[in-house]
Amino acid sequence: MEKLRKAQLLQGNQACAIAALEAGVRFFGGYPITPSTEIAEYMAAELPKLGGKFIQMEDEISGMGAVLGAALTGTKAMTATSGPGFSLKQENIGFAAMTEIPCVIVNVQRMGPSTGGPTAPAQGDVMQARWGTHGDHPIIAVSPASVLEAYELTVKAINFSEKLRTPVIILLDETIGHMREKVELPALETLELYERKRPSTSADKYLPYETDETGIPEMADFGTGYRWHVTGLNHDETGFPTGKTDVIEKQLMRLLTKVDKYQEEITLYKTYKIEDAEYLFITFGGTVRPAMEAVEILRKEGMKIGLFQLQTIWPFPEEMVQEYCKDKKAIFVPEMNMGQIRGEIKKVVDNKEKLVGINKINGEIITPQEIVSKVKEVAGQC
Amino acid sequence: MLKDIEKLLRQDKMPHIWCPGCGNGIVMKAMLEAINSTGIDTEKTVVVSGIGCSSRATGYMNFDTLHTTHGRALAFATGVKLAKPELNVFVVTGDGDGSAIGGNHLIHAARRNIDINVVMFNNNIYGMTGGQYSPLTPHGKFATTAPYGNFDRTFNICDLVKGAGATFIGRGTVFHTKILTELIKGAIENKGFSFVEAVSICPISYGRRNKMGTAPQMMEWLKKNSMPVKAAEKLGPEKVEGKILVGELYKEEAPEFTQKYDELIARFQKGAE
Repeated sequence: MEKLRKAQLLQGNQACAIAALEAGVRFFGGYPITPSTEIAEYMAAELPKLGGKFIQMEDEISGMGAVLGAALTGTKAMTATSGPGFSLKQENIGFAAMTEIPCVIVNVQRMGPSTGGPTAPAQGDVMQARWGTHGDHPIIAVSPASVLEAYELTVKAINFSEKLRTPVIILLDETIGHMREKVELPALETLELYERKRPSTSADKYLPYETDETGIPEMADFGTGYRWHVTGLNHDETGFPTGKTDVIEKQLMRLLTKVDKYQEEITLYKTYKIEDAEYLFITFGGTVRPAMEAVEILRKEGMKIGLFQLQTIWPFPEEMVQEYCKDKKAIFVPEMNMGQIRGEIKKVVDNKEKLVGINKINGEIITPQEIVSKVKEVAGQC
Repeated sequence: MLKDIEKLLRQDKMPHIWCPGCGNGIVMKAMLEAINSTGIDTEKTVVVSGIGCSSRATGYMNFDTLHTTHGRALAFATGVKLAKPELNVFVVTGDGDGSAIGGNHLIHAARRNIDINVVMFNNNIYGMTGGQYSPLTPHGKFATTAPYGNFDRTFNICDLVKGAGATFIGRGTVFHTKILTELIKGAIENKGFSFVEAVSICPISYGRRNKMGTAPQMMEWLKKNSMPVKAAEKLGPEKVEGKILVGELYKEEAPEFTQKYDELIARFQKGAE
């Protein structure tokens, strides 16, 4: 049996912060923004007790910058924000992707666009998490559907960022971030933690962006004598700028494919009653719970319907989605946006005409009843 | 002396990208001389820069170096210093990078009195992009984006940094290299936020458009138009008007940010014993 801790009442944001500390995060740089602020508040209180550092920076951009500076010293570092702040952080997220600095960015999604609804839930930042910063780049994003998952996926996110040396985004939403529920966290000794690989060579032989078959370069901590150079400019294996197009292409192609190489390991998901399912829900984050409730209601009425929950959104698990969508009478995609995940599914499945969006963007969660009535309306025509 | 600082240069990265007559190399040399003469551990030294001509200096300096996004060097440097206070942290920035897009970070790093040494290469122009006016382009001067003369009022960046709370401030020029080196040494020795404005010359993108002549002529101009701050104090304001005041401008003792944080951590550790 899995070892668990005593049950406690936790909020999603708090679970995320606890997970970060337990996974070894020792630096937090950020800026207050609803509905993510509880994460910063928790970090401010707890980090100094662990010898870690918290700083409230002057803006969202510098919060991200400070995180990257800290990460370069060998410290696991994180920030948390919401839509407007996530927009501001994008340039430095691109810098992290390009220079391969491990870091975790929590985005507790709220209604957008613009200032939108600070205390209202939404899932409108799915595409921004993927393509928010300019240029082709790798990214990983996970989205928890419960307080327990906020804990579990934060630990995973930190591990992914360390292992693959890439920014990882945790897409919480206001519903999960502010929800309190009873959770039994896994016992501390059961946590599997990962740290970036440090150089296996001496400083004079160190090439910061040289890789073996893993595709992930070894990373020296600043201040340990490796004297390396980090730049957002196109660079070669030495880390210094280059204008040679063949070298640039080689480095960029490695950068773009390094996350894909680990897709199987990164792809986290859950399924619910799909064995005999003729109909399917595909959803993520805060809309998983109402969809699950809808499965229960519809099953009671005799409908064979199941649920496929994406915990990892980026990279998008194309083959898995193709597999689960095959031969379904209809695939329902509830999300608190106008179809950002549905669009991704549409790109990869053959039975596109079977895709049905259940969308809501007025700042209320989608209720199980709304989902049920949409399913019935469509299924009646199937 | 030259031999000593050669090891602090990445000589395989030469020749540098700066234009003929550019003052940036002189500022970089002053930095390396100051670092060398204070004897700080160069393995524990990190130099952070933003974007622009000055910010390319990090590529030539043999430390752990970090060439960040435009204006954000101080944000990254704050993370480096706070995470590992034992590191000596420098920021190399320009007048555009540090006073325009990065102006907010300059104010707040100074306000915190975090132990970072900033050297601002002030050539009065955005050189990398070909000569657009910056907040430190004097009033009335010409730039590609100020073809009829700059409307903005002349801005004193050292006054700003003083108001924000920096504990060491100095101004040197690429003509007064000894003074510049001494000021950077003063910055290193100050346990707190230090700011050195290094007035540089850009003959290509600023001097030509403003009919200031060749690089040597611009150097002559610097010599003629500068004045030691101590001398200026004894003169009336009318005699100081328009002069570049050179020397140590301000110094005070104040609690340093990372030290205060470490005291907090120590308090918790003591409580745990």
